[in-house]
Amino acid sequence: MDERLIDYTLMLADSSLIMGHRLSEWTGHGPALELDIAISNIALDYVGQARNFYQYAALLKGNVATEDSLAYMRDERAYKNLLLTELPNGDWAQSILKIFFYANYQFHLYQQLVDCRDVQLSAIAEKSLKEASYHVRWSSDWVIRLGDGTEESHQRTHKALDEIWNYTGELTMKPTYDMGFVDYERLKNSWLQKTNLVLDAATLSLPKNEKNQPVWMHRGGTEGKHTEHLGFILAEMQYLQRSYPNSEW
Amino acid sequence: MNNQNSWPLWEIFIRSKQGLDHKHVGSLHAVDAAMAIENARDVYTRRMEGVSIWAVESRHIHASNPDEAGELFDPANDKAYRHPTFYELPDEIKHM
Repeated sequence: MDERLIDYTLMLADSSLIMGHRLSEWTGHGPALELDIAISNIALDYVGQARNFYQYAALLKGNVATEDSLAYMRDERAYKNLLLTELPNGDWAQSILKIFFYANYQFHLYQQLVDCRDVQLSAIAEKSLKEASYHVRWSSDWVIRLGDGTEESHQRTHKALDEIWNYTGELTMKPTYDMGFVDYERLKNSWLQKTNLVLDAATLSLPKNEKNQPVWMHRGGTEGKHTEHLGFILAEMQYLQRSYPNSEW
Repeated sequence: MNNQNSWPLWEIFIRSKQGLDHKHVGSLHAVDAAMAIENARDVYTRRMEGVSIWAVESRHIHASNPDEAGELFDPANDKAYRHPTFYELPDEIKHM
């Protein structure tokens, strides 16, 4: 049993699941009916991807786990999702930026994973790539609309950028259980290139610290060290399975 | 949904995989054509309904007046000879 491969697969699964669960909080609350459906569709895409990764992780673990036990029975410190995914949705601007940063990461990550030596991860990456590329298109359109929109939308998008930017560094940092499937330097460069392109078009500039240098970046999510938000997400998401073990639809 | 009043209405037409024509499927709100297409993708093609989307702003559609239906359509009632039912269709013609 390859513990590293299991951890790596769980990292991919957890990030997608928490991203999807967070976005599902928009369902019924979107700024317009059409956007409510759009963002709920994206949330479902992420949960679908998470299932593929969990099923694979369960397979690697042998008979001791299922996709459900991995999602519902693990605690905060066992979760390996990126910190960005657990951040609150904030306003529409913040959620849009979150999706853009994450989708842009997934798109470039999956492009590399498609060629990795693990057949199963490569297949999941290939299957998810079209979704990721639509998420990038949809969210970058919105980042540009908001950033280059009205004075209020610009100012709120800028505030959101300041709020979440220093959780983006972790997207391109190597976890301790890395499998060598991904060239992180290349991932970082391609992610940054697209990010700069979209933020430029949106008339937004990257946050700098007081010495006019890049800001410090948070990390720890992939190693199980989370913000205070994840515990609340898991409490809500896992409540039913933990109170009524093995209950089914 | 308070700001939606200011968003124009669009009519959405979808062509299904087997279909040759775009069929009207409904309407939605969007600020411009690009957003109308994306919204249509999410609202009307989630279950593989289509392979192509047309969006037309509703204000560009001109409709006949229901009050004039009588004079517009009834005169065609007794003119069966306008139907091409008196011809044998060659087998080579597929889509009629």
